[in-house]
Amino acid sequence: MAAVQDGQLNMEVEKDIKTEITNDGSGNINANSSSPGSTSSGGKSKSPAGSGEDQQTLLAVLQFLKRNKLTESVDILRREAGLSADADDSPVSDSAGAGSGGVPNVSADGGDANSLLSRVSIATPVAPPATAPPKVVAASGGEDQPDVNVVLSAYSQQGDPVLYPLYYNGLKKFIESVLDCHRAELSQVFYPLFVHMYLELVYNNHENEAKQFFEKFSGDQECYYEEDLRILSSMSKKEHMKGNETMLDFRTSKFVLRISRDSYQLLKRHLQERQNNQIWNIIQEHLYIDIFDGMPRSKSQIDAMSGSLAGEGKRDANKAKVFYGLLKEPEIEVPLDDEDEEAENEEGKPKKKKPKKDSMGSKSKKQDPNAPQQTRIPLPELKDSDKLDKIMNMKEATKKIRLGPDNLPSICFYSFLNAYQGLTAVDFTDDSSLIAGGFADSTVRVWSVTPKKLRRVKSAADLSNIDKESDDVLERIMDEKTASESKILYGHSGPVYGISFSPDRNYLLSSSEDGTVRLWSLQTFTCLVGYKGHNYPVWDTQFSPYGYYFISGGHDRVARLWATDHYQPLRMFAGHLADITCTLFHPNSNYVATGSADRTIRLWDVLTGNCVRILTGHKGPIHSLAFSPNGKFMASGATDGRVLLWDVGHGLMVGELKGHTDTIYALKFSRDGEILASGSMDNTVKLWDTLKAFDDVELDDFTAATGHIHLPENSQELLLGTYMTKSTPVIHLHFTRRNLLLAAGAYNP
Amino acid sequence: MSDMSATMAEERRPKQCTVVLPTESMKAMAESIGVGQLQEESCAALSEEVSYRIKEIAQDALKFMHHGKRRKLTTSDIDHALKLKNVEPLYGFQSQEFIPFRFASGGGRELHFYEEKEVDLSDIINTPLPRVPLDVSLKAHWLSIEGVQPAIPENPPPAPKEQQKAESTEPLKVVKPGQEEEGSIQKGQGAISAEAKGKKEGLMRMKPRSTHELSVEQQLYYKEITEACVGSCEAKRAEALQSIATDPGLYQMLPRFSTFISEGVRVNVVQNNLALLIYLMRMVKALMDNPTLYLEKYLHELIPAVVTCIVSKQLCLRPDVDNHWALRDFAARLMAQSCKTFSTTTNNIQSRITKTFTKSWLDEKTQWTTRYGCIAGLSELGPDVIKTLILPRLTVEGARIKAVSEGPVVSNIDKIGADHVQSLLLKHCASVIAKTRPLPDNMEQYRADYGYLGPTLCSHVVKARAQAALQAQQVNRTTLTITQPRPTLTVSQSGIGGSGGSRSPSIIKVPSSLTLMSTRPGTPTQPSPPATKYIVMATSAGASSTQQVITLSSSSGSSVTSTVASATSTLQPLVKLESRGAGGLGGSRPLQKYIVVSLPTSASSSLESKSGMLPPSSSSTSPISLEAGMKMDRSDSPGASTQSPH
Repeated sequence: MAAVQDGQLNMEVEKDIKTEITNDGSGNINANSSSPGSTSSGGKSKSPAGSGEDQQTLLAVLQFLKRNKLTESVDILRREAGLSADADDSPVSDSAGAGSGGVPNVSADGGDANSLLSRVSIATPVAPPATAPPKVVAASGGEDQPDVNVVLSAYSQQGDPVLYPLYYNGLKKFIESVLDCHRAELSQVFYPLFVHMYLELVYNNHENEAKQFFEKFSGDQECYYEEDLRILSSMSKKEHMKGNETMLDFRTSKFVLRISRDSYQLLKRHLQERQNNQIWNIIQEHLYIDIFDGMPRSKSQIDAMSGSLAGEGKRDANKAKVFYGLLKEPEIEVPLDDEDEEAENEEGKPKKKKPKKDSMGSKSKKQDPNAPQQTRIPLPELKDSDKLDKIMNMKEATKKIRLGPDNLPSICFYSFLNAYQGLTAVDFTDDSSLIAGGFADSTVRVWSVTPKKLRRVKSAADLSNIDKESDDVLERIMDEKTASESKILYGHSGPVYGISFSPDRNYLLSSSEDGTVRLWSLQTFTCLVGYKGHNYPVWDTQFSPYGYYFISGGHDRVARLWATDHYQPLRMFAGHLADITCTLFHPNSNYVATGSADRTIRLWDVLTGNCVRILTGHKGPIHSLAFSPNGKFMASGATDGRVLLWDVGHGLMVGELKGHTDTIYALKFSRDGEILASGSMDNTVKLWDTLKAFDDVELDDFTAATGHIHLPENSQELLLGTYMTKSTPVIHLHFTRRNLLLAAGAYNP
Repeated sequence: MSDMSATMAEERRPKQCTVVLPTESMKAMAESIGVGQLQEESCAALSEEVSYRIKEIAQDALKFMHHGKRRKLTTSDIDHALKLKNVEPLYGFQSQEFIPFRFASGGGRELHFYEEKEVDLSDIINTPLPRVPLDVSLKAHWLSIEGVQPAIPENPPPAPKEQQKAESTEPLKVVKPGQEEEGSIQKGQGAISAEAKGKKEGLMRMKPRSTHELSVEQQLYYKEITEACVGSCEAKRAEALQSIATDPGLYQMLPRFSTFISEGVRVNVVQNNLALLIYLMRMVKALMDNPTLYLEKYLHELIPAVVTCIVSKQLCLRPDVDNHWALRDFAARLMAQSCKTFSTTTNNIQSRITKTFTKSWLDEKTQWTTRYGCIAGLSELGPDVIKTLILPRLTVEGARIKAVSEGPVVSNIDKIGADHVQSLLLKHCASVIAKTRPLPDNMEQYRADYGYLGPTLCSHVVKARAQAALQAQQVNRTTLTITQPRPTLTVSQSGIGGSGGSRSPSIIKVPSSLTLMSTRPGTPTQPSPPATKYIVMATSAGASSTQQVITLSSSSGSSVTSTVASATSTLQPLVKLESRGAGGLGGSRPLQKYIVVSLPTSASSSLESKSGMLPPSSSSTSPISLEAGMKMDRSDSPGASTQSPH
């Protein structure tokens, strides 16, 4: 690759020099003929050579001056451009100020020497310089939004708009004619190429050509890009490109393609033979081609992985080691163990069973090489109540039903009645005693689903009257008068999109359209903290499985990690190209997964703040995530109705579950991980056999290394059951500790 | 606003590039804010910019819809999207239902406008407050018990209509053994997984064994329903019929009902028990109206029963007094309906039925009662049938009627029969002739063409033509003011008037949810929906329209009558509703033109749902003909739309 690019570089430098010379001539001609159109055509003819910008700038300035009858300046400028660099810059800066925008200030910075430098760097196919020289230009241009201009001005190199369809068609014909094994791989080029060609046309004000181009070729694109195409199509003017986020995404991030070396060579050879510099430039500047050695991938392999806003994840992005193992259960540690024993003694009965179980558990978990260090991130210390809860959990676990294809779980459905489409989020506590719902009317409601009613702590004045020494002080502090089945929490000023109970059931988090995340006390049923930071809607929030930490993500594309006692975030995870739609903690609390509207899932290391996995393959915004209880696998569901299964350790897609027809809003693994339940907008709950799904995947070294996996087409075999609800979209699922499946949704009559 | 942008965002791909607001809209908006002459170029530039912004906002609004876990874009989504862009939201569009934009054209311009009525403040103050909406509540039920979905009202019916249809129309579909086994233990939705299992096994069999096991609850239900249907209490019967017509879970019981009806007719025809026959026919009607049932499999029992009620020689003990004609009409209409729904090229129901009717009609010895039934059955099948089969026979039939009415008195019964046949023929033929025969209507010419019945027919045709003309006029007018239920007085905002004058918005705030409540079922899980609400809009030449909300507790003929009658008092004199007998059988009425719009009981507000929500009995027995603006195909039954008075 490098060698060829060098060649390209040499060639371009040569051409630059040539055009430098011819430019003088053409400039003269233009001045003489004094027709405004001819200048632009002169620019066009040269631009494929790559010298582009400053030549064009000069021509444009010349034209502008001519139009304003400033013939003297024209002469001066022409002389300067033709002769040498040491001229004074007054006419140029005049004209720039007069209205040619931020572009033409190149010579103001020091004349040709500088411009020559920038030209060379443009021709260099390395990534950063491609945007660097325009930056200088834009900065000196003094625009309000430098970023946008930097981004956009990269499009100012243009060819003849009429030729765009021809270029595209030529490439299309070529790719259609190559061997089958390469065709699928090379076809990946179509979409990014199409997008960038279209944007170039739009940027250079060839509105009609852009429209025609779009109409002609948008039908060829893969159907899963439809959403983006829709956005693209609405952009038909240069002014629209400023401030359009999707647009920025296309520009700021390179579209990543994975292509085998053979296919890449084929493409490169073709483009060079044809002297198709327009396309080649786009590929160089806007695409990142991740070349691998080995067999070209098949169409289905490519389709499985593509679909995200910016192509696939780079391979090296998924190389970092992820400690996906679980942390050791704290009971095993000696000092805690004793206390546990004591606690059990109080409890009385299950004395015999427990120690055995513990020891077994500790043995199996001790040696887990994939687990992070226990103290990798500081975790909150266990309180007595937490330990009690753990014990309860253990006891329940012994009564857990073993699920499997022949032993499906019972599903208990909690319907929210009279919610009038206002239910936006639901969460259950881990022990399934409480349900919380977030509503579009900004309220959060908490229900008790056990006979135990919700009570508020007494007021401070009443509390002072309590005998603090009594055994049942915890009972006494509760105000019996406030006992009710549900409580409403007021505080947000917009729809509540995310909601999460703390593991100890003392707190509740809610995130809202109003840009805040609120922490509520479930003792007093009041708001404790409002975490401000996201200034835009916060789509989701989630407590760490160990409490204390929580994650939030929203429209501002940044996921933030918070600790409940800090009003500022501890970590900010930036990298997604569109809204973060869902967030989830890894069971070991060392990692955080975020799903986004850019159709990727990212896994972030809580300790370092780095992105350690980029998982692509979804064809729509991701709305649900779930980790398997052993932390090894992850499931994700999106608006495209598909559930994808991932191997976290290898960063590989290991399964695809098709069956839903609408957005999947809820995913949950059963307590032992044998069954995955998915709930969707299509009013169904589906159960999937995950044991089989993970077994069916053959992972040899090669696939693990390259990530090119053959997904078995076995959705139908894995589907264990489909349960229709009565016009009730399923928006949350939860397995109780005994493996009863709870589902929730609002009845929409 | 929401609707506009929603449709825009959902435009299909090929059109994507070109969808731009028309420049006329820009002009209209400019006019509305006082800019008079906007140049065409500016309009074009503006419209492109505006279209782009609207699309951008719509795309953002979609995000809020997705996160709101909804399928429908609401105005609040738009507001939030505007907020994202730092634009002030549009206040005053807080509506959970869609905003009723209306279409108007005139003077070469087409407009969509938001209709605003002047509302008297005192009216609002004096109207009793609506019920307080129910608070959100939580209800738990078993969606599945160890993998099997229990058949309880909270769960959807086990077999959707499409599946029933597929089963009955493709009986030879290859079915795997696994599925059959699963099906026999009634696995419900779990059958899909069973199908998957079945794939592995190689054996194939032809047809699944159908199951008729009923749970105890279902048996009780069946007993209650059948007793109520044929019992003496009319209120109970209305409830039972309503249940049959709407309950989604009757699939399992369909074979029982079918047998019940067929046996019942057989017994009661022999006993000449007219009342019971009517009850049974109403049951058939209710079954047919149930949107979740597909009756194809049971037609072999139902059709003979219905045909019996049409053509039987004697249906009642006293043929000279009892109105068995109404039963024949009703059954004939049922027959026509089932022909329409179920006739295919393979079963040929329509042609077989037509043959049967024609054969017995042509028979000289056929009694007047049977004759009446045959003609009624044929004429309900549509104008084409009337044209090809009945019109050519008018002369012969006329002669026969003449023989009875002018000849020596044979028997009173024959005379009554001949009278009924005559009016039936006149009624059906007149409308067809009015449509097909060219003017002028010459008395003598008619006599020559149609014999004895010619002159009377001629006068009927003249009337029918006059009515058709009137109707056409009204249809034209009503298309302008179509079908917007305005259930609430929530918010009024000045729309864009055609003249271009702007008015300051008058905002009246009533929490929309309060009033909307009344159109929804109180407890959503109850199986049968409450009475459907209708707005009857009658338009008269005065261009002022009246709206009346009528609550039809469907399937009870009597209550329809009373409410409708009470409604008439406030309507324009030109338009009047006439009350009908119980059950809506028989009789004829003056031509009326109504637009009936049912308020959707659900939150969905599409037109399809409206037409779907019409309760069963009203569509065939109520005096309201549904036309024009509604997507209802009723034009094929001339009896419903154009009927001559007595």
